[in-house]
Amino acid sequence: MADYYHSVTLDAEKCKGCTNCIKRCPTEAIRVRDGRAWIFEERCIDCGECIRVCPNHAKLAVTDSLDLVKAYPKSVIIPAPAFMGQFPTPDPGVVLSALRLIGFDEVYEVALAADAVSMAMRRYLKEHSSPRPLISSACPAVVRLIQVRFPALLDHLIKLESPMEMAAKIAKDTLGPEHGVFFVSPCPAKVTAIKQPVGRDKSAVDGAFSMSAIYAECLRQMEHAARAPLIPKASGYGMGWGRSGGETTIMGRDSLAVDGIHQCIKVFEEVERDKLAGLDFIEAQACVTGCVGGCLAVENPFVARVRVRNLAAERGAHGEEATPGLEQRLKSDYFTYLSEVKARPVLRLDDDISRAIDKLRQLEAVEDQLPGLDCGACGAPSCRALAEDIVRGYADEMDCVLKLRERVHGMAEEIVDLARHLPRSMGMKSHTQQSEDDDGEAG
Amino acid sequence: MNDARPNNDSRIVLEFRIKGMDFTTAGEAATGIKRTMTQLGMPADMIRRVASATYEAEINVVIHAHRGCLVAKIGPERIEICVEDEGPGIPDIDLAMQDGYSTAPTHVREMGFGAGMGLTNIKRCVDQMHLDSVVDKGTTLRLLFFSKGRE
Ligand SMILES: Nc1ncnc2c1ncn2[C@@H]1O[C@H](COP(=O)(O)OP(=O)(O)OP(=O)(O)O)[C@@H](O)[C@H]1O
Ligand code: SF4
Ligand code: SF4
Ligand SMILES: [Mg+2]
Repeated sequence: MADYYHSVTLDAEKCKGCTNCIKRCPTEAIRVRDGRAWIFEERCIDCGECIRVCPNHAKLAVTDSLDLVKAYPKSVIIPAPAFMGQFPTPDPGVVLSALRLIGFDEVYEVALAADAVSMAMRRYLKEHSSPRPLISSACPAVVRLIQVRFPALLDHLIKLESPMEMAAKIAKDTLGPEHGVFFVSPCPAKVTAIKQPVGRDKSAVDGAFSMSAIYAECLRQMEHAARAPLIPKASGYGMGWGRSGGETTIMGRDSLAVDGIHQCIKVFEEVERDKLAGLDFIEAQACVTGCVGGCLAVENPFVARVRVRNLAAERGAHGEEATPGLEQRLKSDYFTYLSEVKARPVLRLDDDISRAIDKLRQLEAVEDQLPGLDCGACGAPSCRALAEDIVRGYADEMDCVLKLRERVHGMAEEIVDLARHLPRSMGMKSHTQQSEDDDGEAG
Repeated sequence: MNDARPNNDSRIVLEFRIKGMDFTTAGEAATGIKRTMTQLGMPADMIRRVASATYEAEINVVIHAHRGCLVAKIGPERIEICVEDEGPGIPDIDLAMQDGYSTAPTHVREMGFGAGMGLTNIKRCVDQMHLDSVVDKGTTLRLLFFSKGRE
């Protein structure tokens, strides 16, 4: 397998090299070269910011094809809680039925697993008295952001599996391992979390479909589904996970919800400075409005958020048990991460601190020479990023258009200057005179 | 904002100006130093200690003084931070160091500052700390961090 899997990819045909995406990237992972964008694989956290901002739809989230289902003797579809927010008057029972009618043997609500994960999280909060605040690990883009930019906060991550992962695990454990489990994903981050998980070697999810594609399939089945709705099992709490604020409702008063990757960064900076130690819990979601704002969702995120909120309120606390023997499983390590979450120090300039210091000094010297306009015309998100690329050997000072212009200007002046000087053989009067005088003296 | 000055030893020198009562730029030194430390691949726990202490020191200048300057010297094994300000100074340093002691005015307390815990938090994060102050002139705070724990 390649070192890095990413759902976020570029359609080179569509990319115009406009540089719109490079500045939005929270890890400065994108550069424009040869008229198109390139992604530094080791830096990308699959947050989807570039997909949202690209005016040419050149960035996309790769998902699986529905044909994948055929490879399994039986199949289960597991919709993200945000999926219910896509429908104008959501009747969860009808939506679940429509999902199954697309061609699956079973449906298991991720919202139901979210109910169980909520219980596991409250237990985790009680059992781990420090550090504070704990940070939810449900959004994979946020987990990766912490690995890359906030290694000091890895201890704060709640080391419990996401509702998606748990839904797949429970579905396989209760229905049988021959079942292929397929997720209806709101985002590329979840797709990457399935193909290359953090906290475990292999995901229990076998494939991920785009929410918008499944939405279209569902619409075709709605009429039929309305005649035989299924009975939803998740409580309003689990359903609420589809929007920002859903997790904090179950985690008590001393919790904070933040949405949007750039706002998450601001909050994490505060945590790093110990300014939020009075809080128990932070729900952090990379997308504005939470998963309903994922870039594979169909509906306007704010509209979908209200729907999920209302749906959760109507449903209330009533729900079924996510899995037989839940009590026992909560006491075991059924919900916990299997492996350690490690830092991804991809921003460092060198493995050796002294050499990194040398490079940083070079970087700052180069940055001093650049105009400081952060115009992006060089293909890097800022002058400092270009300076970094130069020191890393990826770029050249002449990639800066202003530097180039300065150089061309200088060369043009030199050419004009040179043109003024005529060769001796063509004889400039004063010049000839001078030479004769010299000769005279010598003779 | 900051600049690396040529120096013969292998250290990065960062300089930041801090303005009294300017809450919009408060935190820039902490953020800048953190970015540098991340690029250098310094240990996560040290990044955190330095970020916390720097931020508290910055905010103290913003809240209590008129203006100041923060200089960070970052080397492979140690980080020195010096915060010098022009301001009212601290008449009784021992008292100021006590938990909960604060002279922050009400409007600042309403913003969530002034618990009197800043200097205590700084002390918890650093390996060495020196606070000098002259009343009606200013305050100088020197902080020292070692990358291999307390030495
Ligand atoms: N740079 C400074 N100039 C003048 N006085 C200061 C300075 N730094 C601290 N002090 C004095 O020391 C006291 C204690 O400082 P400390 O940082 O511990 O608490 P605080 O700033 O009042 O509140 P907190 O840091 O919890 O928001 C301050 O209230 C102030 O009287
Ligand atoms: S936003 Fe980025 S991916 Fe889209 S066209 Fe511009 S450079 Fe290419
Ligand atoms: S907030 Fe939800 S939709 Fe957005 S990246 Fe995170 S998990 Fe995906
Ligand atoms: Mg203070």
